[in-house]
Amino acid sequence: MTDATLSPPRFRHLGLPSYVVLLVVLALVVSSVAATAPSADKLVRGITRLFAPSGLFTQMVPPDFSRIEPISWKLLETLQMAVAGCFLGLIFAVPFAILATDRLSPHPVVRSIARAVIALFRTVPDLVWAIIFIIIMGLGPAAGVMAIMVDKIGFAGRFFAEAMEETDPGPQDALRAIGASRLGVIVSSVFPACLPSFTATSLFALEKSVRGSAALGLVGAGGIGVDLKVAFDLFNYDEALAIILLMLALVIAVEQGSGWIRRKLI
Amino acid sequence: MNALILPSRALAGSTLVEPVLAVAGLTKVFSGREILQGLDFALSPGQSTALIGANGSGKSTLLRCLVRLVEPTSGRIAMLGQDVITLRPHELRRFRARVGIVWQRHNLVPRLSALSNVIHGVQARMSGPRAWFQSLAPADVRAEAMTCLARVGLADRASARVDSLSGGQQQRVAIARMLMQRPAFILADEPDASLDPQTGQEVMELLLGLVRQDGLSLLVISHRLEHTLAYSDRILGLANGRIALDLPTVQANAAALRRFFDHEGAA
Ligand SMILES: Nc1ncnc2c1ncn2[C@@H]1O[C@H](COP(=O)(O)OP(=O)(O)OP(=O)(O)O)[C@@H](O)[C@H]1O
Ligand SMILES: [Mg+2]
Repeated sequence: MTDATLSPPRFRHLGLPSYVVLLVVLALVVSSVAATAPSADKLVRGITRLFAPSGLFTQMVPPDFSRIEPISWKLLETLQMAVAGCFLGLIFAVPFAILATDRLSPHPVVRSIARAVIALFRTVPDLVWAIIFIIIMGLGPAAGVMAIMVDKIGFAGRFFAEAMEETDPGPQDALRAIGASRLGVIVSSVFPACLPSFTATSLFALEKSVRGSAALGLVGAGGIGVDLKVAFDLFNYDEALAIILLMLALVIAVEQGSGWIRRKLI
Repeated sequence: MNALILPSRALAGSTLVEPVLAVAGLTKVFSGREILQGLDFALSPGQSTALIGANGSGKSTLLRCLVRLVEPTSGRIAMLGQDVITLRPHELRRFRARVGIVWQRHNLVPRLSALSNVIHGVQARMSGPRAWFQSLAPADVRAEAMTCLARVGLADRASARVDSLSGGQQQRVAIARMLMQRPAFILADEPDASLDPQTGQEVMELLLGLVRQDGLSLLVISHRLEHTLAYSDRILGLANGRIALDLPTVQANAAALRRFFDHEGAA
């Protein structure tokens, strides 16, 4: 006998397929942790070693800022790589995004190609792009700038396209009905509507570029990462810590600055 | 150019002057449903014609077919001396430039000023950055846009962002943008629908003024019986995919029109 005031069951009844999926996921998690995660005693030994008299931590602290001047110059180069790569990436992301947008693309085939290129640029990590560009153009910041640019075309291309896809089609159709050209429709009606979103995406891209550019030097694509790698290779752990702290300061400064601009604009 | 042979029935509806719009056998099929089942009518220039009909009777579809924003399935359209159906893409663009459209929603670009939006109308005959933003527009274009804004009584709001204007003001900016096109024919799809009665009336008066003072031709869809009677010279009623009513407004009485308005009684 059922009571009308009976509350619904606490848990929804699951069918057999749901149990199977749940079991598979559980098995995946357990086996993955068992296969790759460090065991407890290994973790403990690692931590003891870290803080031992000759351990990494002990050698890192206090940080050695004696070479602050050359390091600062490399930090500036890192920022310049990020800004240059990000700027170029954002510029090229716009046409890619337009071609990838349903309503603005001249042809479905063009749209599919543009989307595939954006996806490829986004999916391959920037370190891999850096290695590729080092092979093409040699060691140094130029390869780093190219890697950041390609990564940003992938990142911003996707978000620019999404923003344009989401705009109200009414004003665009109205301008088309006036007889405006495709470029006229895009610049005079799509861009103004997307401006806040484009700005936010661009600032995120800059933050991402600064974070990324610090690591690019590890593979030889210019910037402060080179010095970090050298410091580690030469066991100058205290200098390595100084570099890490300065990188951190740069990233935080850029994030704060871009956050401030974003709040001003929205 | 005027190789179109007009059916006599279409000619009968107009006076002896060359019609500004002649439609013959116009049909439109949407996924198997024949929304327009062979329309014939012609409009004389310098007149205001009201198009009425119940929801879903195909009024908007007809309007869009006239400028091929929707491609007609079959039939012929002659408008402003052009055979609309056979226009090639670049000719179609030039033809559309001469037809001003007022939509139910104003369809202005938000975040831009009223002046920039009005200047967009010049894209009908000019392309490039000078037609995109008021800051880049040449002096004569700005002056003409200001005249258009003054025409709709909004010269003092030229630099206001359009999303800060009221619904009626936005619709008037949209009309100013349309005037910037220097149109010869105006199509209006329920320009009064999203406005309160007073504001809707002002917009309709504005449109009728363009007919009376500037000699433009107007085809306007309205869902308001009193607007249909007050602001048109002729009434076309659409029902079941056909022109079911065609008479001069002076001969129309409210009772005969009611069946074309959903909210006025039975369909
Ligand atoms: N793009 C389209 N695809 C398929 N069917 C459509 C399309 N546009 C309109 N229709 C259909 O055609 C019919 C007529 O639509 P239309 O918008 O022309 O009517 P209307 O008379 O303007 O109605 P309302 O008074 O509601 O504005 C409707 O049944 C609609 O569902
Ligand atoms: Mg409609």
